[in-house]
Amino acid sequence: MSKWAMVIDLDKCTGCGDCIAACKIENNIAIVDPEEANSGRVMFWIEMVSVYEGEFPNIKIKRFPKPCFHCENPPCTKVCPVHATYKNDEGLVGQIYHRCIGCRYCMVACPYTVKVFNWYEPEWPVEFRKCFNPDVSVRTKGVVEKCSFCAHRLIKVKEEVDLEGRDIQDGDYMPACAESCPADAIYFGDLENKESKVYNLAKSSRAKREMENLGTEPKVVYLSKRE
Amino acid sequence: MSKKIDYRNEIDATLYKPIYETGKGFYITVGIFLLLFLWALFMYITQVWFGLGVTGMNQPVSWGFYIVNFVFFIGISHAGTLISAILRLSKAEWRRPITRMAEVITAIVLAIGGLHPILDLGRPDRVLNIFTVGRLQSPLLWDVTSITAYFTASTVYLYLPMIPDIAKLRDKGGKFTWFYKFASWGWQGTEHQKKVLNRAINILMVMVIPIAISVHTVISYIFSMTLQPGWHSTIFGPYFVVGAIFSGIAALLIVMIVFRKVFHLEDYLKKVHFQYLGTLLLIMSLLWFYFTFSEYLTGIFAAEPHEMHIILYKFTGPYAIFFWMMVICNFLIPVIILGFKRFKTITGVLIASIAVVIGMWLERLNIVVPSLANPRMELTVGMYVPSIVEWALFIGGISAFVLGFVLFSKFFPLISIWETEEGRKESVKEVEKRVKSYLPGGEIITK
Repeated sequence: MSKWAMVIDLDKCTGCGDCIAACKIENNIAIVDPEEANSGRVMFWIEMVSVYEGEFPNIKIKRFPKPCFHCENPPCTKVCPVHATYKNDEGLVGQIYHRCIGCRYCMVACPYTVKVFNWYEPEWPVEFRKCFNPDVSVRTKGVVEKCSFCAHRLIKVKEEVDLEGRDIQDGDYMPACAESCPADAIYFGDLENKESKVYNLAKSSRAKREMENLGTEPKVVYLSKRE
Repeated sequence: MSKKIDYRNEIDATLYKPIYETGKGFYITVGIFLLLFLWALFMYITQVWFGLGVTGMNQPVSWGFYIVNFVFFIGISHAGTLISAILRLSKAEWRRPITRMAEVITAIVLAIGGLHPILDLGRPDRVLNIFTVGRLQSPLLWDVTSITAYFTASTVYLYLPMIPDIAKLRDKGGKFTWFYKFASWGWQGTEHQKKVLNRAINILMVMVIPIAISVHTVISYIFSMTLQPGWHSTIFGPYFVVGAIFSGIAALLIVMIVFRKVFHLEDYLKKVHFQYLGTLLLIMSLLWFYFTFSEYLTGIFAAEPHEMHIILYKFTGPYAIFFWMMVICNFLIPVIILGFKRFKTITGVLIASIAVVIGMWLERLNIVVPSLANPRMELTVGMYVPSIVEWALFIGGISAFVLGFVLFSKFFPLISIWETEEGRKESVKEVEKRVKSYLPGGEIITK
């Protein structure tokens, strides 16, 4: 069975935010008006995070994109009362929007705070409404959503591969963020496939996972020379 | 009204009076709280209509007043059944005028508190999913289970000891005789009926204690089962139970003092009741302090960075005022008032109780919000300010309690009449016999 994982090379990442734009369009993510967004209701499935370290004038700024980490041992799926968030055999942590009751327990339990909630009925500018991605269901108010590693793309890839009568190869299945990254800083692939880029990069000495001590085993690996 | 019901000749006429005579005060109280309740209902409808965006919640503070009030109300509900069961079990004779009120608090507040998670849902229309596709592995389902069990047990435990009183009201006749007739299940007060009733009460009061403790333990599990700093603590189960009993006794005392004044129950609720319950409140206050102290000292001493971050945030952050107010309300005020005989008057007990109820609410706030405002990924520090909708629903919850209690007092006596009679007739002799039986040389005292 495959185990899908992402490697983000922070030494290559320019912080341009292209991944975020690609993600928003790919996944029909609502556009929240700025005032609401500033009060902590912004909707991102992959977010550009800035961490400021040190005191002025010796400030170090760390910027990195943060998608859902698709933990091997996810704290969010454990607490869901209705099985609306779950981990599948391929290690993807999914969310069933039409089953979610909106208790937000998974948001509370996620130590990485990657989940977002539809505080209002989602809204888009008219232009957006005309070009929704038909592969991704549009959410309603009152449910939790999050990065799916573009699981709808995996379904398509599987169908294609089936038709061609071959196995999925490294690079066949790419989420929108990885595909769009102009600096090629985001890698995506199968950790079980020993020839995949992701498998080798995840073993690199630069590899680091967020808060490994929690035992969540995130499947998003950051590469960075800097601590 | 065709004929006046004759209750004035009864010894316990004071207890019948509120049922047969309706003053202006009743209508005013019901009117005001009904308005407040309807206002809250309207606010809830706007919330369902527009979405949870009308609240002050956000990311990362994705739980707010509703969960705080949920824990708070369920805590208050521990007053009743648990205290009444413990008092009954330990054969404390002074329990007689208290148990009924305590049990009513439990039943009403538990219903209100138990509905709070539904107020909190983004999709209340899908609440039945917890039955069709529920996961028993989720702490929320543990809650559903234990609260349902507790609600069932405590309403039955409230109802059973009411049967003889309902029969008395049935025999008096009047407006709702058909209802009392139905609800008294043909009670005639025969020896056999008494035996069955006593046995049922005995079984229930033993059953209700572990259920009550499980309820609040499980509520703390919602928090402690996650990895969040400030929540992930093994002490939370007993800490919540202690807090619940603490706030429950305070709420019980407030209700007792208010209704003593309004219904003129001075003959029934004497100073001794407030003294004893006050002492119990003092003990719980010290116990609460002990748990709080242990919780924070362990965090501070080991100083794990995330844990420490939350503790410092609680001590000095934007919510610090609520933390220190909690310490004052839950520890300083009750200990000063209840620790000194001079202050331990009924007014004193009332002040201490109000302080404790406020303090325990603040404690719930201090548990829920600061931990959520400081997620482990130290990226964003959240801020939570409740909106008018959340305040409205909080006030609505309190109004529902007052309404429920006032309406209950309109239909049933707030102090168990038959238990008071039983106390007068039998327990004086019984207690004498009991004391003699365990006192060395007790038989000699009997002349």
